[in-house]
Amino acid sequence: MLTLQNVEVIYSKVILVIKGLTLEVPEGGIVTLLGANGAGKSTTLKAIAGLLGAERGEITKGGIGFNGHRINDRTPAEIVKLGIALVPEGRQVFEHLTTEENLLAGAHTRRNLAEIRRDIDLVYQYFPPLAARRRIEAGYLSGGEQQMLAIGRALMSRPKLMLLDEPSLGLAPMLVQEIFDIIAQLNQEEKVTVLLVEQNAAMALTIARYGYILENGRIVLDGTAASLRDNEDVKEFYLGLSEVGRRSYRDVKHYRRRKRWLL
Amino acid sequence: MRFLLDELPFFLELLVSGLLIGMMYALVALGFVLIYKASQAINFAQGEFVMFGGFVVAASMRYHGLSLVLSLALGFGAMVVIGLLMERLVLRPLTGRGVIAIIMATIGLASILKGLLLLIWGPLSVNIPLPIREEPVEIFTLLVKLVAVVGAIISLVFLAGFSFLFLRSRLGIALRAVADNQTVAQLMGIDVRHYFALTWVTAGVVATIGGVMWGNMIGADVHTALIGLKVFPVVILGGLTSVPGAVLGGLIVGAVENLAAGYIDPFVGGGTKDFVPYILMILALMVRPYGFFGEQVIERV
Ligand SMILES: Nc1ncnc2c1ncn2[C@@H]1O[C@H](COP(=O)(O)OP(=O)(O)OP(=O)(O)O)[C@@H](O)[C@H]1O
Ligand SMILES: [Mg+2]
Repeated sequence: MLTLQNVEVIYSKVILVIKGLTLEVPEGGIVTLLGANGAGKSTTLKAIAGLLGAERGEITKGGIGFNGHRINDRTPAEIVKLGIALVPEGRQVFEHLTTEENLLAGAHTRRNLAEIRRDIDLVYQYFPPLAARRRIEAGYLSGGEQQMLAIGRALMSRPKLMLLDEPSLGLAPMLVQEIFDIIAQLNQEEKVTVLLVEQNAAMALTIARYGYILENGRIVLDGTAASLRDNEDVKEFYLGLSEVGRRSYRDVKHYRRRKRWLL
Repeated sequence: MRFLLDELPFFLELLVSGLLIGMMYALVALGFVLIYKASQAINFAQGEFVMFGGFVVAASMRYHGLSLVLSLALGFGAMVVIGLLMERLVLRPLTGRGVIAIIMATIGLASILKGLLLLIWGPLSVNIPLPIREEPVEIFTLLVKLVAVVGAIISLVFLAGFSFLFLRSRLGIALRAVADNQTVAQLMGIDVRHYFALTWVTAGVVATIGGVMWGNMIGADVHTALIGLKVFPVVILGGLTSVPGAVLGGLIVGAVENLAAGYIDPFVGGGTKDFVPYILMILALMVRPYGFFGEQVIERV
């Protein structure tokens, strides 16, 4: 469904961030892209969604294909219409719009009001806390509610493929569990294919069927979720770390980890 | 007491005509507010938009002998084209370069419009004759200029219509989404460029309405651009991002400057109108930095 062939991304003409990335997301699947801070995960998703232009980034090599279309040079709006929706890192709801207006904004590419209404109700079914807050400005929602809204808003474009950028970021473990359950459910019931970017490898590998590990703009390891869970490196550097305060701990081990994977 | 009663009609007359002008300030400020909301860019050319839109109408009638309707169409048309060109030639290439670049571009645009006007039509002031009675009309024993009443009503209709559109429609939600977060708006499939163009075109259209009113009341020339200087106090008072705020700011600036001019000008020989709005603005900044209706940054607790 989605294929990245040898993709290279450069920011501001000089900063090489993605260095020949190849990845595939099969229809109906949940694929996870794991990696530490600065590995290039968000950049990869932005490249797929056509968002690099706004940040002076550029796909300089390779191709991104979606259902037979080459989408390298499409505008974000065209890509949404093809059926790809991105839930951005850090949620980024429209703060000054109400919950419901956020959902309506998500349906911008659609015309049929009756269907849009039905989908809003569907989102409220998946995320009941949102229904109670429908008239509240989204800036006042809790972090968990905002994450639900960001996912619900992405659903409103009726995507075939949903790109999720670290949905677990800053959420309590209970809530992370709940969000991931819903992602799995959406994949099952609404037939949404998912590309899930995460630092929380333990959680991501419970719902994903396949995973890629991104280091410094390159895929250093990939395999089925089960094989990644059993991999010694992944255990040590991702699964282990995800239980400790990952961000600070990780930096200490950065050098060692790179060495092991690149050699 | 007696003195106060004698003063009352004069006071009310100043107040009412000030409020009427204030509605037009609010209308012109609407363009400014929309651009700021959508792109956080400050349009330093808003006064020049008023000047240029108004003068195209004035010149079409006086110098080119066209009818009022045709001249109005040309005036609005010119500003629509300028708004579209602004998006196409300035904003689009500057995407991702930060807002300062756009602000500088508006300063450039202001100079270009002034230069263009002088180059094409020269410096003479031209009146815009409107089919509206010249003599003041009496409203509740107060004498006011009819054109000011008409202008205020048009402004009100426009502002109300726009607020409604802004709140309810699909277009309004998209525009507010763009204002809230441009990048994420793109993720919703909203073509941000269309909405930027829309804000610039609207700014040009409302400015032209103002320009025609002023052209009728005091004549159109390069100095009409000075109205741009009133827009800053208006929007600072009301909050840079709020349409109702612009209305309130416009009314306050219009009323206060007119009252001040009425009472102080006779002693100082004029000029009060030019600085009183700024005194107001500075006071407002000290008391309410976000203006009356400005969006505060949402902080969750
Ligand atoms: N607009 C930009 N201009 C220049 N460099 C950038 C830009 N955006 C990101 N980068 C750089 O690209 C690299 C990858 O960034 P990216 O945001 O893709 O990482 P990430 O894997 O998503 O990290 P995190 O887990 O912290 O979100 C980083 O080194 C970052 O500094
Ligand atoms: Mg990221």
